[in-house]
Amino acid sequence: MDYTVIIGLEVHVQLQTRTKLFCSCSTKFNPDHPNTQTCPVCLGLPGALPVLNREAFHLGMKTGLAINCEIPAFTKWDRKQYYYPDLPKAYQISQYDLPMSQNGWLEIEIDPETREKKKVGIIRAHLEEDAGKNSHDESGRGQESKVDLNRCGTPLVEIVSEPDLRSAQEARRYLEELKLLLTYINVSDCNMQEGSLRCDANVNLHVHQENGEVTPTPIVEIKNLNSFRGVEQAIEFEVKRQWDEWQKTGLSIKDVPKETRGWDADRGITLGQRGKEEAADYRYFPDPDLAPVTVTDEEREQVLQELCERPASRRERFEKNYELSTYDSAVIIDQGRAFADYFEKVAEDCGNGKQAANWVTQDVLRELNERDCQISDFPIKPDVLAAVLQKVEANEITIKSARTVFQELLSQTDTEPDINRIQSIIDEKGLGLVSDTGELDAIIQSVVDKNAKAVADFQSGKQAAVGALIGQVMREMKGADPKTVRELLIKKMS
Amino acid sequence: MSITSATASELLAKMNAGEISSEEITAACLEQISRQDGAINAFLSVQQEAALASAREVDRKRQAGEPLGKLAGIPVALKDNICSNGVTTTCASRMLEEFTPPYDAHIVEQLKAADAILIGKTNLDEFAMGSSTENSAFKTTANPWNTAHAAGGSSGGSAAAVAAGFSPLSLGSDTGGSIRQPASFCGVVGMKPTYGRVSRYGLVAFASSLDQIGPFSRDVTDAALLLEVISGKDQRDTTSLEAPVPDYTANLNQPLENLKVGYIDNLHAEGLDEEVKAATLAALDVYKSLGAELIPVELPHAKYCVATYYIIAPSEASSNLARYDGVHYGYRAEQFEDMVDMYAASRGEAFGDEVKRRIMLGTYALSSGYYDAYYLKALKVRRLIRNDFEQAFQNVDIIATPVTPTPAFKIGELVDDPLAMYLADIFTTSANLSGIPGISIPAGMSQDRLPIGLQLLAPPLEEERLLRAARMFERETEWHQQRPA
Amino acid sequence: MSTQLTSDEVQKVAQLSRLKLSDQELEALGSQMGSVLKYIAMLDELDTSSIEPMAHAIEISNVFREDALHESLPREQALSNAPQTDGKYFLVPAIL
Repeated sequence: MDYTVIIGLEVHVQLQTRTKLFCSCSTKFNPDHPNTQTCPVCLGLPGALPVLNREAFHLGMKTGLAINCEIPAFTKWDRKQYYYPDLPKAYQISQYDLPMSQNGWLEIEIDPETREKKKVGIIRAHLEEDAGKNSHDESGRGQESKVDLNRCGTPLVEIVSEPDLRSAQEARRYLEELKLLLTYINVSDCNMQEGSLRCDANVNLHVHQENGEVTPTPIVEIKNLNSFRGVEQAIEFEVKRQWDEWQKTGLSIKDVPKETRGWDADRGITLGQRGKEEAADYRYFPDPDLAPVTVTDEEREQVLQELCERPASRRERFEKNYELSTYDSAVIIDQGRAFADYFEKVAEDCGNGKQAANWVTQDVLRELNERDCQISDFPIKPDVLAAVLQKVEANEITIKSARTVFQELLSQTDTEPDINRIQSIIDEKGLGLVSDTGELDAIIQSVVDKNAKAVADFQSGKQAAVGALIGQVMREMKGADPKTVRELLIKKMS
Repeated sequence: MSITSATASELLAKMNAGEISSEEITAACLEQISRQDGAINAFLSVQQEAALASAREVDRKRQAGEPLGKLAGIPVALKDNICSNGVTTTCASRMLEEFTPPYDAHIVEQLKAADAILIGKTNLDEFAMGSSTENSAFKTTANPWNTAHAAGGSSGGSAAAVAAGFSPLSLGSDTGGSIRQPASFCGVVGMKPTYGRVSRYGLVAFASSLDQIGPFSRDVTDAALLLEVISGKDQRDTTSLEAPVPDYTANLNQPLENLKVGYIDNLHAEGLDEEVKAATLAALDVYKSLGAELIPVELPHAKYCVATYYIIAPSEASSNLARYDGVHYGYRAEQFEDMVDMYAASRGEAFGDEVKRRIMLGTYALSSGYYDAYYLKALKVRRLIRNDFEQAFQNVDIIATPVTPTPAFKIGELVDDPLAMYLADIFTTSANLSGIPGISIPAGMSQDRLPIGLQLLAPPLEEERLLRAARMFERETEWHQQRPA
Repeated sequence: MSTQLTSDEVQKVAQLSRLKLSDQELEALGSQMGSVLKYIAMLDELDTSSIEPMAHAIEISNVFREDALHESLPREQALSNAPQTDGKYFLVPAIL
């Protein structure tokens, strides 16, 4: 007997609009000042009414298109009704049967070695408002729960995947790719710790019986997942648990309704949540206070145009156009869109993608980390770095010298380093490679003349003998490029 | 002219002529309230000091020649399901007995901008659910024409306030007839605008796709004036219409040439009182005498209106009232075992019977397995009802009908028979379901000296036409000049 | 449309509505609901299979507001009607 793991993920992403989905209160994350970002609408006061945030719908469309969904021409709003203290209207405005996007996919890499990819289906993505936050009294007396409605009404996109994921690792890859994509297109900061990305996992096993039959185990929905690592661990735990459970009880999906379990990160286990005897009856119906939204082909096209190139395709393009390794390409893309833009400008301007990649992933990145600064604030602008690298390409300075120039540019704090400074630094520090081969040639001739034995060794096959000669030439002519010197020496000796 | 029986337009003219002050008018109304509201119970709260202060301020502005709004110095009473900042808004329910909104409804802002004097909050059926104002948790409003009879509902308090001389103008809300029916019972003008003509922001929701705020007044001119002040697009109400607001009083006195008045042939509503039928026919004759053409109209789905309404309204209500759970505002029970029990106990203790009835009906109609058969079905029939009107209005300009099958019933007569109470909505619910405007104007008097109203209906956004047609009738008759003893 | 409700069904609806009702209330409501539902059943006479539902009185679409910040209510006002509060939060009995 064997089994296949079946996982579907439900992800809620907070959109980075300035204001809430149906009112003009701030969406800023502000847990230290509870109930300061509310109004009659998000408080659910009698008489208050919702009005749809245009930008939220726009970001929702961007999200749907980014995950390759269809955006239907007509979408509407429904009330999802249930009672909970963090839901002041006792209904959540959401979308039921006509969501704003559906039938999409997200491609993820499932094997870093073989680079095998797979498309994970996405059933739908819809907009809905967030609830407030309940917290229990930590003092231990446990008499009351506290409700903060600051978050209530924040726009969310709920993305529901097909149960296409087959392992905890795939699940994690899906989340990472989704986060990269959505941060790239600036719809959310996808921060699980702050709650701007939340995930529930639906897990079960398809048991392959010896007789060829496939029996599904009961589906479990895992909640309370607070990190990508947590998602991975929880699924791994749950898979083992379900396999044990199956072997013990043989209960299949037909015998047991969908169960909800919470992930306990401290103990590393999932726990059944009691009190969920029957499926909630949400009594969905179209919200009479809101108007449906129609989307034209032009509007869809417009948002599609806005959508920048997505990370996956940009990664591929870097590998192809700039001949970067998969590793380097991934490093650059993972740093975010601004960083990739920086790299691309440097690469275009200096004409050598690989050179640019080296500098950007090593020197620049190191500086950013040491200074704890963003690429947008980095003092050396891409055209300046490109100019430095151009000089390397043109053999005007060595790479080592270029590093000196780089540090020198960084050390000046009074003004922003500009291209003209580069030549001044080169001149001041005498870093310029000698391009006047006449002078160089004379020195090489004289070194060759003075080192007959070394020349003889080289001519009889001892390649290494040229090393000492290079050294001598370099001592005479400081700005010489060792590569050039070596070439000229070999030429002279051959 | 006695202040308490004058129209707002007459009072405005007198104030502008310097013959009377707003303070005098307001004081006279307050005096009338204190003398007679003990027997009528139109008001749940009276903002005496604030009203007099506002009145004095308007008088000062008038003296100083400062610009004044269209209703400057005129008292207006508000149904107590309209949120007024800092003033308790109870919806006549224990659930909101102490609720003080931290914001004004849009129409309250408009009234303040028009320099109206907000004199008090009037009684209603709890959460606007009812047709007699007997479902108020606090008091029953009596009909000023005969205090043994109901004032109608759910805006009974607002209708009675105008009829009894407590305020020249008032506002109510109409979901299934809740302005037009009490207007008819109390012998005043009451109007439900086109859905979306007036903002619902700040109106405590009963049935969101049906509710509208509208005016009560002593004559059509006043209704036009008040309607103009409260109409218009509100950015905070998605369902409020962009359509510009015309000057409703401008051409009011111009009769409509070649008016085609539709009527329902064979008024066979069960239980239609003979006197109501007679008054309706007499009213049609008035139009005929004015040169209008009377054309019978078919509204084939009229008989399904009440059933359709009593699925849609309770369904939306059950959702709109789910928020009353004692967590963030409102009544919270004192004894309960856990949170779920707290919700159930708070709501069980604080809601009256009619509210509970409608919540139960609505929850049932929306619940899994029943949604298609009830709510969805009702939404489809709704379209058929709307189509009936679209068809009819191709051949006629307005439609004239009775407002209710009978004049005001006795207090206590129907309160124990909910279905009978619902059936009385037969003439009014169709306008809410289709979104069209309707007005009730005084058109007769029963033998027992109880008023009888006439309802006029028009296509969406044809309030001007409706008001002019109503004014035509009013100019030929004197019903609107009658006042209770 | 069914028009007769068993007392179990009435109880279930009461639960779903979060209404704590006495036995008498349950019985009374059950029978009143029954008569109303019986009356409402007349809608079954109509063939509406080809009719679109009408969820809104006036058909509008695409009504938006701009993503511009407006001042929120000061906290005291937001909490001003709370049955129980510590000045910062709404307080409710512990959620089990």
